[in-house]
Amino acid sequence: MRLLDAIIVALQQIRVQKLKSFFTLIGVIIGVMFLVAVVSIVEGLNKKIEVDFAGKFLGVNTFNVRRFPDIQLGDVTEAEWHAWQRRPPITTQDAYAIREAIPADANWAIHDVRRVQGQTDYVRGGPQVLAEAVTEGYFTIKDLSVSKGRLFSPQEDELGAAVVVIGTDIAEGYFPNLDPIGRELKLDGIPFRVVGVLDKQGSSLGFNFDAQVFGPFKGPMQRVTWAHKTIYGVVVQAPNSVVMAEIQSQVTEVMRRRRHLRPDQADNFAIETTQSAFAAWEKIKQFLVLAGIALPAIGLVVGAMVIMNIMLVAVAERTREIGIRKALGARRKDILAQFLVESSTLSVCGAIIGIGLGFGISLLLRLVNFETTVAPWSVVLSVVVGAGVGIIAGTYPAVRAARLDPIIALRAD
Amino acid sequence: MSPNTGEYRGISTTDERQAVTDIPGAAPSKEWVIVTRSITREYDMGGEVVKALRGVDIAIRRNEYVAIMGPSGSGKSTLMNLIGCLDTPTSGEYWLNGMLVSTMADDELAHVRNREIGFVFQTFNLLPRASALANVELPLVYAGVPSAERRRRAAEALEKVQLADRMDHRPNELSGGQRQRVAIARALVNNPAILLADEPTGNLDSTTSDEIMKVFETLASGGQTVIMVTHEADIARHARRVVTLRDGKKASDEAQEKFVRRTTA
Repeated sequence: MRLLDAIIVALQQIRVQKLKSFFTLIGVIIGVMFLVAVVSIVEGLNKKIEVDFAGKFLGVNTFNVRRFPDIQLGDVTEAEWHAWQRRPPITTQDAYAIREAIPADANWAIHDVRRVQGQTDYVRGGPQVLAEAVTEGYFTIKDLSVSKGRLFSPQEDELGAAVVVIGTDIAEGYFPNLDPIGRELKLDGIPFRVVGVLDKQGSSLGFNFDAQVFGPFKGPMQRVTWAHKTIYGVVVQAPNSVVMAEIQSQVTEVMRRRRHLRPDQADNFAIETTQSAFAAWEKIKQFLVLAGIALPAIGLVVGAMVIMNIMLVAVAERTREIGIRKALGARRKDILAQFLVESSTLSVCGAIIGIGLGFGISLLLRLVNFETTVAPWSVVLSVVVGAGVGIIAGTYPAVRAARLDPIIALRAD
Repeated sequence: MSPNTGEYRGISTTDERQAVTDIPGAAPSKEWVIVTRSITREYDMGGEVVKALRGVDIAIRRNEYVAIMGPSGSGKSTLMNLIGCLDTPTSGEYWLNGMLVSTMADDELAHVRNREIGFVFQTFNLLPRASALANVELPLVYAGVPSAERRRRAAEALEKVQLADRMDHRPNELSGGQRQRVAIARALVNNPAILLADEPTGNLDSTTSDEIMKVFETLASGGQTVIMVTHEADIARHARRVVTLRDGKKASDEAQEKFVRRTTA
């Protein structure tokens, strides 16, 4: 008997007993539903963190040289924290040494940051400003562009002009209903002239990218960010992913030399990459994926037990039918296949309903602004698992059916 | 019971005696569709051995119409199961259409049942949820016949039993006689060597019984080998030859006229 025939027979069986089939499948439905939903939540978070967050904070093929890692999603022990606090700061001299060490086609920028209050003639108060003193390469590395005005020029960068490029929230917060270009923004009492407004970028994990204000590092902005004590970091962008590791090791080498570290001493600075920053997230993700698999597994085990039970009942109820089929020439494997196909068709139907409900949950979460992405692999896995559960649950009943003596089976009521 | 020892042994002709007493293990010649050589069947009923068949020799030619008769407990059901390849004998040989069936394993038996035997049961044994056509198709499904040809052949078989207009009906939408005709169509759809009917009229009223017996008559006249197991003499007398079992042995093996004469006397 061919597979298609067996599936058709199985579907007829399900159609005849809709309600019973549904109750049989609740375990599988719930299991698969959670599998798809949990994986979609994890994938959604993952996309947000790895693509959005990592892209915006770090940039493509980019790493930061910092005193200690800044983007940290895992737990930091107190001992680690204290060790970090004893590290020497990153200095402007370090930054220039790094620039000397990297190839010419790599991008480089100094980056220093401090939160300050702004001040204009147009409003009282106003939002907090993330004042950032950067060199020109920063805009290229972070792929920043303006919606109004311009970025500051190489000359302004070199001469240290008192100009700023501001985020949209700063533009709206300090220059309501005004064109901020050419107007004055005071930071810590130091006046700056606005030359450009950045494209809107939104916020990610509580960090508002639109509250940033960038000024040339060599200018008065470094007084605002207190760059004389220490700079926040040096940003390096490799021209492509192939040379990324090589440039990283070059930079590490320069820093170690500058710090006079012996080979047995650990780095007393941090090279922060997307991978290192999100190592902790990777761990969390693995845990979530495991949970997303373990919880549905319970549902599937229960589902398998119910299906086995129902299939045993089906074999008992249809003993006569098995006898007839055997009398007409069905071999053991035909009967075995019939019941296995029936139980796995049943189970796959449950999996399909579960996938549908999982999609539903995923969509509902999106309605409340929770990013979810249904992973294609979770759908494939669900179908495979559905078939697997059906085969495992159906094996014992099917073997019992296949072994029935046709004479006894024909005598059954 | 006839005192004639030759008939009592149940071997009615010299040829048949030859067929069953041939060298054990030697295939009988082609004219014999069924040859059993002292087959026995014993059951273990909780430590006690019950001997249902105590050595039965039967030789049936192609195109014969044979009834196997006997009261309950005579072993006729056991013999039917053996002839129908649903069971194998404890000892002895069973040759069906040139094949030694008595030593076959389960799946080989299933194959033989599929190709060589068409069953007609007392209780029809149709699949209740399947249409008449689907029921008739069933043996072809297990024979691996493609679905289009299956449908064509099943429809043909149903036409032969005058049920062309009932193909899509389910068994519960058919009368007893119609159900049995569906069963006959199903039995014949694979062109089996023998049609094996077990009390085919047992669940039918007398009018319908006559109708079904006429179908058998037509089939037998057309050259189909028919073996019918029954405990009713009225039904058995339709067959050209009647084998009677008693206590697990052949009690008589007679031609139709002789049986009719004996049972009406």
